[in-house]
Formats: sequence, structure tokens, C-alpha cells
Amino acid sequence: MTWQWFHRLSSPKSYFEITDWLLKPMMLISLILISVGLYFGLYDSPKDYQQGHSVRIMYLHVPTAIASMVGYVVMAVAAAVGYIWRIKLAPMTAIAVAPVGAAMTFLALATGSLWGKPTWGTWWVWDARLTSELILLFLYLGFIALHNAFEDREVADRAAGVLAMVGVINVPIIHYSVYWWNTLHQQDTISVTGESLLPFSMKLPLMLMIFGVLIFCTALSMYRIRNEVLEREGDKGWIRERLSE
Amino acid sequence: MFKQLLNRELLRYWRKRQDLMNPLVFFLITVSLFPLAVTPEGATLTLMSGGILWVCALLAAMLSLESMYRDDYLDGTLEWLIIQSGTPYQVIMAKVVSHWLTTGLPLVVISPVLGVMLFLPQMAMLALILSLLIGTMILSLIGSVGMGLTVGLRQSGVLLSMLVLPLFIPVLIFGASAVSAAAMGLDYTGQLAYLGAYLALSLAVVPYVSVAAVKVSIN
Repeated sequence: MTWQWFHRLSSPKSYFEITDWLLKPMMLISLILISVGLYFGLYDSPKDYQQGHSVRIMYLHVPTAIASMVGYVVMAVAAAVGYIWRIKLAPMTAIAVAPVGAAMTFLALATGSLWGKPTWGTWWVWDARLTSELILLFLYLGFIALHNAFEDREVADRAAGVLAMVGVINVPIIHYSVYWWNTLHQQDTISVTGESLLPFSMKLPLMLMIFGVLIFCTALSMYRIRNEVLEREGDKGWIRERLSE
Repeated sequence: MFKQLLNRELLRYWRKRQDLMNPLVFFLITVSLFPLAVTPEGATLTLMSGGILWVCALLAAMLSLESMYRDDYLDGTLEWLIIQSGTPYQVIMAKVVSHWLTTGLPLVVISPVLGVMLFLPQMAMLALILSLLIGTMILSLIGSVGMGLTVGLRQSGVLLSMLVLPLFIPVLIFGASAVSAAAMGLDYTGQLAYLGAYLALSLAVVPYVSVAAVKVSIN
């Protein structure tokens, strides 16, 4: 019975209680991180000796691309947890994360193509990294479309969950595409464990932006989960009490 | 048991044999649109023929996925088979195999004829047949997941393609590149090996996922 506290955490009610005080600080932290990161990234950091000022697009491109993949993994894991253990919050998490992840995927593709025009001389190339990221966008959209197609929410959760779990195979393909194939897209410059190839003046804003965007996406998804809970559990007593306060 | 199930599926397809022609006719029509729309000139078509044939065969096979589950789902047979037979995996695999035998295989058989229409070089024919042979098997497998998820919906056509096509893109890439490599006289065993690997992976994973998908739909 030592796990009871853990199970209590996953109930919609305690989720509301926790997020009541958690969300505003998270939004504030991400706002600070992103604005400081943008200040250094767009203004107070050296320009690249080859790319010039266009290197600054990286400070938005890399964080959104990371968020797009992390988002998919979170979605797939949440879908799997919901499918196996039928925890109420899990499928809500999956469907709440999906549009956020899709938006990040789109931003990563859009900023990448804006950067590609001055640097590679083309908006788009069909190399492995870009194509697999595009497939990721399709998978997100397929997940959302499939979820919307069912009238019964529970069936929708399970059906879309199966799709999310199948599609997770694409995530390692995106990550390793630059190593497996000879792509125009460069290989990773920064790394969690190994040595980074970036100078500190560029690494600092990039790191600030990565954490800022990840925290922002998490907070945004958590707001969306709250909406899901309100929509699905709206007839429960504790929500009525909360709303009438 | 598997033999009985397979016999039943094939009999079911045989009784609606008119429908079996539809994917083939669709394949023929869509392929013949390309010379009309792009250019009837041989040199350009030779370059594009592998890709055109692959995309059209893929669409033809995908549009016929409906027949895999739809009728059985509507009259309750599918539910009964999954619950009562005791071997849901065999039920699904019988459906996949019969779908491939009645749709994928005929598409492969007529593809060389269409290849000639598109001026595909002689030496690429074998690559076309081999790559499509593996590719259509993979499509029947992956398609069974997508179809299983959407069989309960009234309108599933567009949604089905949204689910299945992204997962099928790697197959398309390696399949079409095998054909174009062969057309240039290059070795294409590498691409076939990738297709085979994808087939092995799908064979290992799809039965489980597909049964889960169908169970979601029959609830």
C-alpha cells in the first residue's frame, strides 16, 4: 500500500490541487528563461563567421525541434499508460500534448526552412532529417484526426493510443537520421553527456531557450489537461464546488 | 485452424470477385493519368516510372483495405471470430494474408505491363516486381492496423490514408529507389534488404497491434 500516495497523485482532483499553485510559477519561469534567452540569442551573442546573423534562428529552431520529439514521446508513453493501466489522466495527457507537439513540429520545420534559404540556398530539401520530421507532423495530425473521429471518448482514447504507440518508432529515426544517412542537415552540435562544439556565448542562450521552451510546453499542456478534466469530469461534485466558489 | 480461416476469407473475396477488379482498374487508370498530365515523352517517363508505379500501386492497395474488415464488422462476424475462435492473431493474419493474395499479388502481376506503358527499362522489371512483392505485403500488414482502428467509423477513407501513409513512407522510399537504381543498372540488393527488414519488423509487431486495434473497434 506504499504506492497509494502515487495513485492519489494521478486522480484528476489532486491534479487540479497541484497545478493550482504550480502552473503560474512555471509560466513565469519559462517567460524569464525565454526572454533572457532571446535577449542573448538575438542581440548579445556573436554572429557566426559563415552564417552571419541567420545563425540566430537556431535559438528557436533547436528548442522547438527538441520539444516536438519530446512531446511525441510523452504523448506515446501517456497513451500506453492509459491503454494498459486505464489511468484517467493518461489519455487526457496524450490528447492535450498532441496539438502543442504538432505546433512545435511546425515551428521547427518553419524556422528550419527560413534558415535554409540564406544558408543552403533552398527552402526545403528532401533529406532524411527533414523528411522524418515532416512525418512526425503527419503522425501528430493523424493522432488528432483519429481522436476527433470517434464520438465515444473512451474508444477515441484507445484507438488514438494504439496509433501513438506505433508511431513512436519514428522518433529514434529522426534523432539518428543525421548519423545513418548523409544528410544536408548537420549533426548534433550540443550534447547532454559529451563535449559541446558550441562556444559558451552561443551555448548559454541556446540552453536557456531549450529549457524555457520545454517548460513552456509542459505548462501549456498542463493547462490543456485541466481543460480536458473540466470537459470530461464536469459533472463531478468537486468540480461543481470549485466552480461555484 | 489458420487454413480454415484463410479458406473462409478467400471464399468471401471470391463471392465478391467483381470488387477484386476495382484496385487493378484503379491502378491502371491512375498510372495512365501521368503520361497525359506530365508528358507522353519517353525519356521523362523512364525517369519517373518507378516512382509513379509505386505510388499508384500503394494507393490502389490502400483503397482496397476497406474490404478486409468492413463487411465482417457490420454483420458482427468479426466480433464473433475475435472472441470465439480463441486465436485472434490467426484471425487477423488470415485476413492480412488473404488481402495480400487478392489485392497485393494481382497488382504485382500486372505492374510489368504498366511498366512497359511508362517506358520502364527492361532491366528494372525484376526490381519492380521484387520490391512491390515485399512492399504490398508490408502494406497489407500496416493497413490492417489502420483499418482495424477506423472500421467502426462511417467515413474512414481519408482518415485511413492519414494513418497508414506516414508509416508507409520508408517502404515507398526504399521501394522506389530500388527500381530507379535498377533502371540505372546499379545494384539494388541493399534497398531490398531494407524492405525485407521492414517486413520482418512488421510481421513481428503488427499482429499484436492489429488485434489491439480491432478490439478497440469492436469494443
